[in-house]
Amino acid sequence: MRKYSAFSLVRNALSHNRKWREAWRSPDPKPEYDVIIVGGGGHGLATAYYLATEHGVRNVAVLEKGWIGGGNTGRNTTIVRSNYLWTEASLLYEKSMQLWEGLSQDLNYNVMFSQRGVYNLGHTLQDMRDIERRVNANRLNGIDAEVVSAEQIGKAIPFINTSPDARYPILGASLQRRAGVARHDAVAWGFARAADARGVDIIEQCEVTGINRDGGKVTGVETTRGVIKAPRIGVVVAGNASVLAAMAGLRLPIESHPLQAFVSEPLKPVIDTVIMSNAVHGYISQSDKGELVIGAGIDAYNGYGQRGSFQTIEHTMQAIIELFPVLSRVRMLRQWGGIVDVCPDACPIISKTPVGGLFFNCGWGTGGFKATPGSGWAFAHTIAEDRPHELNAPFDLERFTTGALIDEHGAAAVAH
Amino acid sequence: MLLIECPWCGERAETEFSYGGEAGITRPADPGALSDAEWADYLFNRSNTRGAHRELWNHAQGCRRWFGVERDTVTYRISGSFRLSGASDNREA
Repeated sequence: MRKYSAFSLVRNALSHNRKWREAWRSPDPKPEYDVIIVGGGGHGLATAYYLATEHGVRNVAVLEKGWIGGGNTGRNTTIVRSNYLWTEASLLYEKSMQLWEGLSQDLNYNVMFSQRGVYNLGHTLQDMRDIERRVNANRLNGIDAEVVSAEQIGKAIPFINTSPDARYPILGASLQRRAGVARHDAVAWGFARAADARGVDIIEQCEVTGINRDGGKVTGVETTRGVIKAPRIGVVVAGNASVLAAMAGLRLPIESHPLQAFVSEPLKPVIDTVIMSNAVHGYISQSDKGELVIGAGIDAYNGYGQRGSFQTIEHTMQAIIELFPVLSRVRMLRQWGGIVDVCPDACPIISKTPVGGLFFNCGWGTGGFKATPGSGWAFAHTIAEDRPHELNAPFDLERFTTGALIDEHGAAAVAH
Repeated sequence: MLLIECPWCGERAETEFSYGGEAGITRPADPGALSDAEWADYLFNRSNTRGAHRELWNHAQGCRRWFGVERDTVTYRISGSFRLSGASDNREA
């Protein structure tokens, strides 16, 4: 890997930028690997990266049916925060936050992590009670969090409607100042480049069509580019987890739904933080290019179509205009959908399975992007050691049998 | 937006309906006789089919009755609606 630096910028400028090397190789698959990761999204690439760096497992393939960063990694609204209610969830997301804080240096790739703060608004007395409870829970877990008043919100975010006459008046918010946004494409590319440099084969246009087993253990995968063998397989395919599970004869507590997002035409700087509202249900930030990045809730029905219904778009826009009347005439530039795998308790599964050597990392629902480094870090540990790290042990598939759910539905600062 | 045919009221816009998930899931007759794993499978696991999916809808803003729809979860194309048996298994009548 040629290191990126100010010096490399100058050197390549002098050669008219003709000598930049590809960020990662495009190798043909080998017949056999120590570990196969199915899914070349952020979580899969991060898993491969931490397998190589933390556990010395370098004979790894990442199989991606499309192209790197073309799935949910490139389809989210890029928000990163760790203000979850329950201790199990907040410690996992906080691990991720700590990795985010050094990620650009670790990867030698600018992921544009910007800790611009996240406000979670409260519109009712009950919202404010929940916010105070969550902020206190976060602080007990060593995570920065504070409660701010409507007056403070009005000063920090000039264009937000804090009028007490609003249909859903803003009474206050929780604020996590270390939270923010990162550039999603750069996260995928950065992990891909750093994993490739450590020997990981990233194989695009290679769809897994079957999981081969013998005597209750995995032996490899069938793909559109032939059979590839491996004694350990990690599946991390947001939006298709149930489909891959069925290939190994497993059923998952997951339903897949479309989640839509939007960007507006570019504007001058108007919002320098991230604002999320549970009650009117929308969230918004502004990218460095000036586009407003907007998201909201899932479509209710099961869907794999990477698009949703128009009334969901309308509902999202109503929420944004309720919060920011000043944006009522802004035009949307693009709209798209991703497919989110939702668990009954709105928490992920990072787990061994009843099939030996087969591991699943799935069910991140609407909020997987923020967990990208932490998810990969914990999944790499689970695969390399054949047992979960204490951070992801509560996120075992078994919790649906024992009943030890981690109920972040509605508790996790945003409705699901 | 989906155009859904209620077996009683005819075709209406999706906003009149609420979604009820996978059809044909039978509540166990004797839950106490099940193992934890069998109960978890009934309670939480879903086929989450990619393709032709039989699912429940409720005409919440109309006749308020439950019925079944067969819909492709990739193309979202609806191939038909069906009335339910009225028994606890939510199967086609």
